[in-house]
Amino acid sequence: MTLVMIFRIALKALSRNKMRTALTMLGMIIGVGAVITMVALGAGAQSSIDAQIQSAGTNMIMVSAGNFTQGGVRQGQGNASTLVPEDAAAIAQLNGVRYVAAASNARGQVVAGNQNWSTQIQGTDVDLPLIRSWQTSAGAFFTPQDVTTAAKVAVLGSTVRDQLFGPDVDPTGEIVRVSSGGAGATVQNQPFTVVGVMAAKGQSSVGQDQDDVIYVPYSTVMKKLRGTTSVQQISVSATSAGDTTTVAEAIGNLLRARHKIQPGDPDDFLIRTMDEIASVRKETTQTMTALLAGIAGVSLLVGGIGIMNIMLVSVTERTREIGLRLAVGARGRDVLFQFLVEAVVLSGIGGSVGIALGFGLSRGLTYWMEWPTEVPLNAVAVAFGFAAGTGVFFGFYPARKAAALDPIEALRFE
Amino acid sequence: MPTVITVRNLVKTYLVGEVEVRALRGVNLEVQAGEFLTVTGPSGSGKSTFMHIIGCLDRPTSGQYLLDGQDVSRMSKDELANVRNHKIGFVFQGFNLLSRTSALDNVELPLLYRGGLTMAERHKLALAALESVGLKDRAGHHTNQLSGGQQQRVAIARAIINQPSILLADEPTGNLDTKTSIEVMGIFQRMNRERNITVVLITHEHDIAEYGTRTAAFRDGVITADHAVARRRLAEDELRDLPPEIDE
Ligand SMILES: Nc1ncnc2c1ncn2[C@@H]1O[C@H](COP(=O)(O)OP(=O)(O)OP(=O)(O)O)[C@@H](O)[C@H]1O
Ligand SMILES: [Mg+2]
Repeated sequence: MTLVMIFRIALKALSRNKMRTALTMLGMIIGVGAVITMVALGAGAQSSIDAQIQSAGTNMIMVSAGNFTQGGVRQGQGNASTLVPEDAAAIAQLNGVRYVAAASNARGQVVAGNQNWSTQIQGTDVDLPLIRSWQTSAGAFFTPQDVTTAAKVAVLGSTVRDQLFGPDVDPTGEIVRVSSGGAGATVQNQPFTVVGVMAAKGQSSVGQDQDDVIYVPYSTVMKKLRGTTSVQQISVSATSAGDTTTVAEAIGNLLRARHKIQPGDPDDFLIRTMDEIASVRKETTQTMTALLAGIAGVSLLVGGIGIMNIMLVSVTERTREIGLRLAVGARGRDVLFQFLVEAVVLSGIGGSVGIALGFGLSRGLTYWMEWPTEVPLNAVAVAFGFAAGTGVFFGFYPARKAAALDPIEALRFE
Repeated sequence: MPTVITVRNLVKTYLVGEVEVRALRGVNLEVQAGEFLTVTGPSGSGKSTFMHIIGCLDRPTSGQYLLDGQDVSRMSKDELANVRNHKIGFVFQGFNLLSRTSALDNVELPLLYRGGLTMAERHKLALAALESVGLKDRAGHHTNQLSGGQQQRVAIARAIINQPSILLADEPTGNLDTKTSIEVMGIFQRMNRERNITVVLITHEHDIAEYGTRTAAFRDGVITADHAVARRRLAEDELRDLPPEIDE
């Protein structure tokens, strides 16, 4: 028997059992495709977070009010009223500190003309665009003067601009009315002058729209919207990335002194460097990747069980076929080789289509949903290997048993 | 005439759980080349079991089987496959055709394992075999699109495709009507006469047994009678003499 002939016999057998062939391939396609897509999503999220952290700068230090475990009671981070603008000013005087921006945020309703949009109001300082290297696409960021006077000025994120004024409109100089039901007093319809629009930043790694926000001076949020004397956060940028740990320590000592915390008492603030934030974020995405991989593994398993089922269901019929082939003069190895080729062809085609599907879905998700994806080659190999292994094992193993029988036993097999 | 099949004291015992089923209890038989032996006997008397051993599809528990003077029990699996492919044509009790496969592909099957033939040659041989059983026009039909008699004839065509020296048939007329049965017996008689193929054919109908040159009777796993057929029936004559109204 030539190889060509065995291939021809195998292909004939596959086309004779079209339903079995299709169902087996479907199992492979779904299993392999799902694994690749899921893992690609996880890997894409991970690497986009890496990129984001890289672009945010590794010299960032975040100071938040309150402490997670103060006095044994868990407190919401940023909800305590322990950080004040003067803390920010003092931090700015420390060695190794380049930029400082106090932050006081609220949620609010922004109205322009008859358009109405609910968004995040970020009270911040003039240093923020410098820390994050953000650009304005129209007008300019507000000035130190605006912060000192708690001026009612606003810089719009591009989503807010699109919603209130429409894309490609320069709203600089227009008035928007801001209402906020923040932690302090409820304020209605405060007129703010638009001084600029931020360049679009797109989605964050967790799918949040980073342009759905307006920036106003933190002092304005404190005095005009929330009616508090404290800020929630202070963002600090160290002069160099290598200094973050020492700078963070210096900030801690400074704040403990300023807040008159006795030695042994816990901090009433929380300092995190970008490294720490990055590692927390990484853990989160790793969890997500693991979850996705778990789902993918389940689909692979289900696909594998599907393949197994179909293969085992047809064992009786196939055993009789083997008996018949043996009876008309096939040698054991002729039959075995045919079944091996069948299983390999089936698994090869099914697995390859699955890989193509996985790649296609990943591309599609990136293109249509703008979710970052990245197909790791080892996932492709594992998924393909598992599916093909299942296919070959359950296609070939029963054949091996059948080929060892006397022809009449195989013909009688039930 | 040379002896094709020699069987001495053939025993086949099946073990079903704890119970021993003695399907063959010492069969002795010799078949000469060119004979047409019919085998009769009640159901369960061991006819099929005997046939399967003769056809090298199964092995005896004990006893000796010489095929063309060669001891089959000493042959390896591959040698047996070779014997099945070259020497023996087998027509099964239930046709055992590949479903969802054309008649032509079914008939061709033994040729695939013979080797040394091109696709065109295989096709030609398979078509010729189908023609010899009168089914050339159905070559492309799937076996499940054929009548029982037609399927039986495909099975016969497959059995003779490799020019075997022995043709074994297990109840080939089992579920055919009278006229189709005579037609099928005619094919066997023609193969036996024209190609000098030795035929061993099982049937439980005594009138079918009379198409052979010799008939043997099985009972409880042994041969109880073995004699030449006194007045042999000839299918061709009978078909010619059939009244036209049955001919539809
Ligand atoms: N694989 C097997 N396992 C156990 N017993 C078997 C097996 N094959 C046949 N037998 C037994 O052997 C005996 C002979 O069976 P066999 O098939 O040879 O009968 P037969 O003469 O061909 O009958 P029929 O005319 O009904 O086809 C029966 O009693 C049967 O039950
Ligand atoms: Mg029988």
